[in-house]
Amino acid sequence: MKILVPVKRVVDYNVKVRVKADGSGVDIANVKMSMNPFDEIAVEEAVRLKEAGVATEVVAVSCGVAACQETLRAAMAIGADRGILVETDVELQPLAVAKLLKAVADKEGPTLVICGKQAIDDDANQTGQMLAALAGWPQATFASKLTLSDGKASVMREIDGGLETLSIQLPAVVTTDLRLNEPRYATLPNIMKAKKKPLDTVKPAELGVDVAPRLSTLKVAEPPKRSAGVRVADVAQLVDKLKNEAKVL
Amino acid sequence: MPILVIAEHDNQNLKAATLNTVTAALKLGADVHVLIAGAGCAAAAQAAAKVAGVTKVLVADAAHYEAQGAENVAELVKGLARDYSHVLAPASSAGKNMLPRVAAQLDVAQISDIVGIEAADTFVRPIYAGNALATVRSADPIKVITVRSTAFEAAGEGGAAAVEAIPAAADLGLSALVGREITKSARPELGAARIIVSGGRGVGSGENYHALLEPLADKLGAALGASRAAVDAGYVPNDYQVGQTGKIVAPQLYIAVGISGAIQHLAGMKDSKVIVAINKDPEAPIFQVADYGLVGDLFELVPALAQAA
Repeated sequence: MKILVPVKRVVDYNVKVRVKADGSGVDIANVKMSMNPFDEIAVEEAVRLKEAGVATEVVAVSCGVAACQETLRAAMAIGADRGILVETDVELQPLAVAKLLKAVADKEGPTLVICGKQAIDDDANQTGQMLAALAGWPQATFASKLTLSDGKASVMREIDGGLETLSIQLPAVVTTDLRLNEPRYATLPNIMKAKKKPLDTVKPAELGVDVAPRLSTLKVAEPPKRSAGVRVADVAQLVDKLKNEAKVL
Repeated sequence: MPILVIAEHDNQNLKAATLNTVTAALKLGADVHVLIAGAGCAAAAQAAAKVAGVTKVLVADAAHYEAQGAENVAELVKGLARDYSHVLAPASSAGKNMLPRVAAQLDVAQISDIVGIEAADTFVRPIYAGNALATVRSADPIKVITVRSTAFEAAGEGGAAAVEAIPAAADLGLSALVGREITKSARPELGAARIIVSGGRGVGSGENYHALLEPLADKLGAALGASRAAVDAGYVPNDYQVGQTGKIVAPQLYIAVGISGAIQHLAGMKDSKVIVAINKDPEAPIFQVADYGLVGDLFELVPALAQAA
C-alpha cells in the first residue's frame, strides 16, 4: 500500500517572525525555512509503517515555489521514496492545497494520506480535513497513535478533555499531533541518498485546479505587547498584590 | 440571511465555547440559529433555546450523531448552509475537526480561529503562533468560521428561541467511535476557568506536579494546566496542555509554576488578564510577560502561596 505525505515549507519554528513595517505581511526574506514540524511527524510515521512492512511506498508531495524541492529532499532523507512538487508562485490557501492534493491522490491512488494537523505559519488547521471531504474519505485528525489492520485504521486522537479512538475505513486522511512519534534526525548518508531519489514537478493547471486565493489579507499587525511587570519579594507581597492591586483573588 | 452556529454539546449540556461563538455570531448583526446534532439531545436543545440572542434552534436527533463524528455532522451542515450567510463553530478540537469539511464541500475558504470581527466579510485572526494578527477579507458567498472562544464574551441566558426538529442527513458509515477516555475532574475545565494553575518541566515529575499544584488549585478553585514540556515528559495527560498546539486560555489569573515560557506556550496564555510566574531561574522568558514574578524554590513558594492565598 502507498502512503501520500504532504509537506509544507514554512519559516523554521525557532525563528521569531517580524511584521513588515508597511503591514503587508511578515518578513520572511533571508529567514531560515524548514519542513513544517507536524509534517515531519507525518513523514516519520509513514516511513515507520514502511519499515514495519505495512506500507510499500511513501510519496511526499509539496505545493508551492520551486524551493519546496528542499522540503521534499528533507522528506526523502527521512525515508520517503520519491517526491512530487506541485509548483506555483501563487500564494496557496488551504482549500487550493486540498484540491491539488486531491488531484495528486486521484493519480497516485494512495491507501492513506498522513498530513500534519496544522502549519505553523498560517495556523489554519484545515488542509487534511478538506482533502478528506473532497475525496469523500473518513478522517482522523490530531492522531497520537495509528494502527493499520484488516483494511481499516485505528486511530487514537487527542480531543478536548482526553482521548478517543476511532476505527475508520481506508482510504482515509490522518493528521498528526505532537505525540504520534519523535521524528528521526536525517543522517548524512541518507541526505546524500535523498538527492538521487526521483522528484517530479507538475503545475496546478496540469492538474486542472484553480488555485486563486479566496481570502485577501488586508493587513498584518503586531499583537498588543505585554510588558513585563514587577518582581515581588515574597509570597506575602504576591498575595497582597493579587488581592489589592490586581483584584483577582 | 441568518447565521448558523454549530453547537458543541454532550447531548445534555452546551459546552461553554458555544456561548462565546454565539456572541461572535451576534456581532454580525443578523438572526442567529443554533444547530444541535446529537442523539437524545433534547436537553441540549432546550439549553440552546435559552441562550440570549438565539432566535431558532435546529435539532437533528439521530443515532448516527451520537459520537458527533466529523463526516456525518459535516454532511448535515452542508445541506443546511445554503440558507445562511455565515456558519460558525468554536475553534475547539471538535470544531477544528469538523468545520473544514463543510467549507471544502461548499467550495469556500474557512477563516480559522478568529479573534475579531471588522465587518461581515472581514475578520482578524492570529498567525505564526499569535506573533502576528492578520486581517482577512473573504470573497466567498458563505463565510465558514471557527471562533477563538477567549476572544469573545460568553452569551448570557434569557432567550426563548423556537426549537425545530430537522431531518437527519444520511449516515455515511465511514467512521466508528471505539471509545473515549475522558479525564474526570471536579475542577473547572481549562477553557472556562477563572483561575488556572499551570506547571512546567520545573516541577520535576508527575508526582511533584500533583503534590505541588493540586493543593493550590483546590484552594483557589482553579483549573490545572501544563506546558508542552510537562506533557511530553509524561507528568500529565495531553489535555492539560496550554499553548499554540494545545488549549488557548485567557483566565483572570494564570499562575505559571516552573514554566520557562517558550513562544509556543506564551501563544496559549498571553491574553490572560493577570499572569504570575514562579520560577527558580530569574532569566526565564516567562518573566517578560508576567505581571508578578517570584524567583525562588517552587517547593517552598507554592505551598506557602496555597497557605496564604
